[in-house]
Amino acid sequence: MSNKTPKMTDSLDLGSVVSESIRRLSPKDLARNPVMMVVGIGTLVTFLLGLTNMIQGEPAGLDFSICAILLFTVLFANGAESVAEARGKAQAGALRATRKDLKARKLDGKQYRELPATDLRRGDRVLVKPNELIPADGEIVTGAATINESAVTGESAPVLREARTDNSGVSAGTKVLSDEIVVEVTVDPGNSLLDRMIALVEGAKRQKTPSELALSVLLAAMTLVFLIVVVTLVPFGGFVGATPSYSVLVALLVCLIPTTIGGLLPAIGIAGMDRAMRANVIAKSGKAVEVAGSIDTLLLDKTGTITLGDRKATAFDAVQGIAPGTLRDAALLTSLADPTPEGKSVVALARDKGSDAEASEGTEFIEFSANTRMSGVDLPDGRRLRKGATDAIRKFVTENGGHYPQDTDRLVDRVAKNGATPLVVAEGNRVLGVIALSDVIKSGIKERFAKLREMGVKTVMITGDNPVTAAAIAAEAGVDDFIAEATPEQKLDIIRREQAEGRMVAMMGDGTNDAPALAQADLGLAMNSGTQAAREAGNMVDLDSDPGKLLQVVEIGKQLLITRGSLTTFSLANDVAKYFAILPALFVTSLPALDALNILNLSNPMSAVLAATIFNALIIPALIPFALKGIQFSPASATQLLRRNLLIFGLGGLLLPFVAIKALDLMLTVVI
Amino acid sequence: MNEVIIIYAVTLLLAWPLGKYIAGVFSGAKGTAGAVFLPVENGLYRLFGVDPSQPMSWQGYGKALLKLHLVLVLIVFGLLMAQGFLFMNPDGIHGMSWDLALHTAVSFLTNTNQQHYSGQAQLSYLAHTFGIVTLQVVTPAAGMAALVAIVRTLLGRGDKKSQMLDDGPVSVGNFHEDITRAVVRIMLPVAVVIALILASQGVPNSYEGARTAIPLDQTAGMAEQHIPIGPVAPMVAIKQVGTNGGGWYGPNSSVPLENPTPLSNFVQTVSIVLIPAALVFALGFMTSRRRLAIVVMGVMVVMSVSLTSVTIWSENQSNAAFSGLAADGPNLEGKEVRFGATATALWGSWTTQTSNGSVNGMHDSFNPIGGMIPMIDMFINVTFGGIGVGLIGYLLFLLLAAFLGSLMIGRAPEIAGKALETREMKLVCIALLIQPLLILGFSAVTVAFPALTGHSNPGFHGLSQVIYEYTSAFANNGSGFEGLGDDSVWWNVTCAVNLALGRFIPILAPLAIAASLAAKRSAPEGRGSLSIDTPTFGLMTLAVIVMFTLLSFMPVLILGPIAEALALIS
Repeated sequence: MSNKTPKMTDSLDLGSVVSESIRRLSPKDLARNPVMMVVGIGTLVTFLLGLTNMIQGEPAGLDFSICAILLFTVLFANGAESVAEARGKAQAGALRATRKDLKARKLDGKQYRELPATDLRRGDRVLVKPNELIPADGEIVTGAATINESAVTGESAPVLREARTDNSGVSAGTKVLSDEIVVEVTVDPGNSLLDRMIALVEGAKRQKTPSELALSVLLAAMTLVFLIVVVTLVPFGGFVGATPSYSVLVALLVCLIPTTIGGLLPAIGIAGMDRAMRANVIAKSGKAVEVAGSIDTLLLDKTGTITLGDRKATAFDAVQGIAPGTLRDAALLTSLADPTPEGKSVVALARDKGSDAEASEGTEFIEFSANTRMSGVDLPDGRRLRKGATDAIRKFVTENGGHYPQDTDRLVDRVAKNGATPLVVAEGNRVLGVIALSDVIKSGIKERFAKLREMGVKTVMITGDNPVTAAAIAAEAGVDDFIAEATPEQKLDIIRREQAEGRMVAMMGDGTNDAPALAQADLGLAMNSGTQAAREAGNMVDLDSDPGKLLQVVEIGKQLLITRGSLTTFSLANDVAKYFAILPALFVTSLPALDALNILNLSNPMSAVLAATIFNALIIPALIPFALKGIQFSPASATQLLRRNLLIFGLGGLLLPFVAIKALDLMLTVVI
Repeated sequence: MNEVIIIYAVTLLLAWPLGKYIAGVFSGAKGTAGAVFLPVENGLYRLFGVDPSQPMSWQGYGKALLKLHLVLVLIVFGLLMAQGFLFMNPDGIHGMSWDLALHTAVSFLTNTNQQHYSGQAQLSYLAHTFGIVTLQVVTPAAGMAALVAIVRTLLGRGDKKSQMLDDGPVSVGNFHEDITRAVVRIMLPVAVVIALILASQGVPNSYEGARTAIPLDQTAGMAEQHIPIGPVAPMVAIKQVGTNGGGWYGPNSSVPLENPTPLSNFVQTVSIVLIPAALVFALGFMTSRRRLAIVVMGVMVVMSVSLTSVTIWSENQSNAAFSGLAADGPNLEGKEVRFGATATALWGSWTTQTSNGSVNGMHDSFNPIGGMIPMIDMFINVTFGGIGVGLIGYLLFLLLAAFLGSLMIGRAPEIAGKALETREMKLVCIALLIQPLLILGFSAVTVAFPALTGHSNPGFHGLSQVIYEYTSAFANNGSGFEGLGDDSVWWNVTCAVNLALGRFIPILAPLAIAASLAAKRSAPEGRGSLSIDTPTFGLMTLAVIVMFTLLSFMPVLILGPIAEALALIS
């Protein structure tokens, strides 16, 4: 992902951001955000007050200054949203660019008809030949092909997609490398995953997520509280003989209402989606990203997530009476023609251990078949070497009139207990020994699970292995729990059970039989390579089809929520300093005694008001990087996280504006 | 100073076992001491024709609560208007005007006891003992019942009473059972004990009419003096222990007849905080969340001690009018010399922290900063707070803190494993929003037409008086910055509105929230979820309380008491 580290200026057109910010000054756009609506009205009011003063020949400089600062406050907030949108759209646009001008060969009865991809409808079937681009998202219904998906995933190694398997899904814009396939289109134009994602980052169609809605309620309520506080100051001031300036009152109101978080809230939400997209995950709703942060239980497939996909030979255990060298050489010979990574690893291990056996002329290789579940070689000297699953070899040996020694079972058990898969090697009617094929635990995965545990997330490993092997791998990887010999139905049961206990469950899957579990899970992350059913059922799709992505998604979700909460706290904590700057300034002319409250020793009322208002405006663009990148998040227990964020954003939010307002006041004194 | 520490210590030490007893009273089919009290309670259930075993939804609970209050307010309103024609009126006291009767009835109905009249001169014995005292017993019990319903629904762990009703909605308990147990097993027994101690100290306890005394020096212009007495001791007991505050005599517990000795002052001071503090411990026992109870208690004690210290400090400063004179000393204006500045400041602080509102000195005469603290106490109103409602108010802030806290740890907002969503936040916001809306709104209208205020002082202090009056009404406190001509139609009616909304919205909204949360699926509380019983979270709740109060009321405090203090200095 390092090549995708977001930069602030990534594909960003400053001019369009500025024009977009101005366009969004329209009342219709402002009305969507109550906090900014109030600032907009304040801008208008101060402008009218300035105008009135000007006509009456009174000084209007302060009114117009406040008006200008408020205008910029709104523009900055609009700008934050535009920047986030522009980045999101650029990201999605880059993905979408690949699917422009695609041509399709639509199957019409037995004929094929050429037409633009945009005319394809759900259910149409298209023929795609080697070196052609797939015209639309869909599912292979006939054939199998290797496909280069780099346009979507950035990964150039070809992948195999095949009809009627769990790897039948294809994406528009990816290239068929070999073989002809027939693809059934599964989406109408403008309705693909990417189209939906783009709609999610675009202002007009964006839906607020549940916690965003609840937060908006709180922000609206705080705005109302401050409106009451400021409006009632007029009669209160009048009663004690200090009628305040209306423009300064508007400035006070704008400083108090949560403009910082109000202005950044849309940007934070969009940026969350954008970060998901940068991780090559397409969320079907903003809610899905948010839910990711609250996940309690992760169901993880062993293969690909916890272990590397391929197992590796790690040991040869000869049975009693057989020389280790004999077993080693036999293992090597049986694997010479085995093209699988497992077979290659057997050869590599044997060579490592000093074997120099070679296949002589006339050697016949026996390929693995599902029927015999063995592979091996028939040597010219008549020796028949085989390696395979325990019971297959047992059958082979006894059929050849041999004896299957008890010692073999002991070795097999030992290998299994260590979390490895045993392969038994035999020569004719005698067993030579056992090859241990071990799962290779991904590096760093144990630390990752430890962090998850620290965060209170429970990890459950799902595997088709037998319980003994599963237990060993689970212990080695450090997962909290495992389900061995798992079936898709079991996944669904586990999810339901966890949910019944109130937990939020996330899982990843690709197969059609995973679909019910993906739909049931609170966060169902479907692999893009998976079947259409799986992709429909999940609420996120991982374009990389990387089972480890779940962990990243959880972090993105948490980051999104932390950013919202921390900036809200920051925004409200700021108000104390603003009170101390503006309240004395508001009344000090009529009530000189109140100068004692000017604890910042600001130079004069006018610069105090301007300094507070300017700070209030500038803090929005200053925090845009936080909003877009998300607040840095290191796994820790809830209480530690809370303490840390309270200290930074609560206490920091309390103190920072005192310093900043004083500094701005000093600068203003120089300028004015 | 030592007396303050002793009083704090004694109160908290008594609150612990009482809290345990209270929790026991509300648990199970019989509850603690059921053998003794159940027969009485069963009699009451039959008398009123209610079924205490019927579980209620929050709406049912709320309706039962409102219905009871509606009946009570109508009875007392009628009683106050008609007392002149009724019996038990040896001193021939007249009926009240409609607006004063309305205000008085609502004021006592809401556990406020804000008085725009003087008890001994304007209430008959009938009105006092059967109208006022009835409300003084029932209303704290109602607050306690509401709290118990909310706590068992919101934080309860598998209490039988907070499960689903057959037809879907969540049961919050049975109002009749809760309030009856609160009255019979808690309010009455505690009040009886206190009343006996007070009577032993010489507080009057009689149905005879006022005594007549012949002054030694009749040439002073007064031939004889009427000394009103009556069943004072029990009323004073329930007014102190039930966060009521409305005393027999106008000047409340500063009158020697209502508060004759140092011991009576000690007992009455302890009584102010006793049950509110006990309820915090009860919360822990009821929900098996003792750590939470201790953290909540910690936050409340920190707030209480800090605010009280400022008042005590302030009142030990000299009165501005005396500064520089030979008689310089603590501010004794409006205080009983026999109590002194510290004991009065302590009482003044506690009575406003708990929404009690009884006084043993005049808050209006406190130094400006000393007078500001009672206002802040009432703005906060959850430093122990009124019986039941104080802790309910604290739970509102707890919800707000949990909302922000969950987000700050990267989880969708939740409390005790239940999701906080838009509906809950709307209710939290309504309950919090009406405080500044009503207090500042009514105060603004009043000072915009200065004729309405009936204030005795112009300027800063006049503003403080107006703010104090509405704050006291909304906080259901009842104390006053006296000197306000507050028996006018404007004051009576607007205060009645503040009183009623300030009482019932902060009860009903949290009840609705609790029921709404209880209906949701509940996540196990683990490492990754927000724990509400840590000191960190306690600190956060404290910060939320302080910030909300500060942000809402800092401007009026500056224009009122702070400006007054600064003007006096300069």
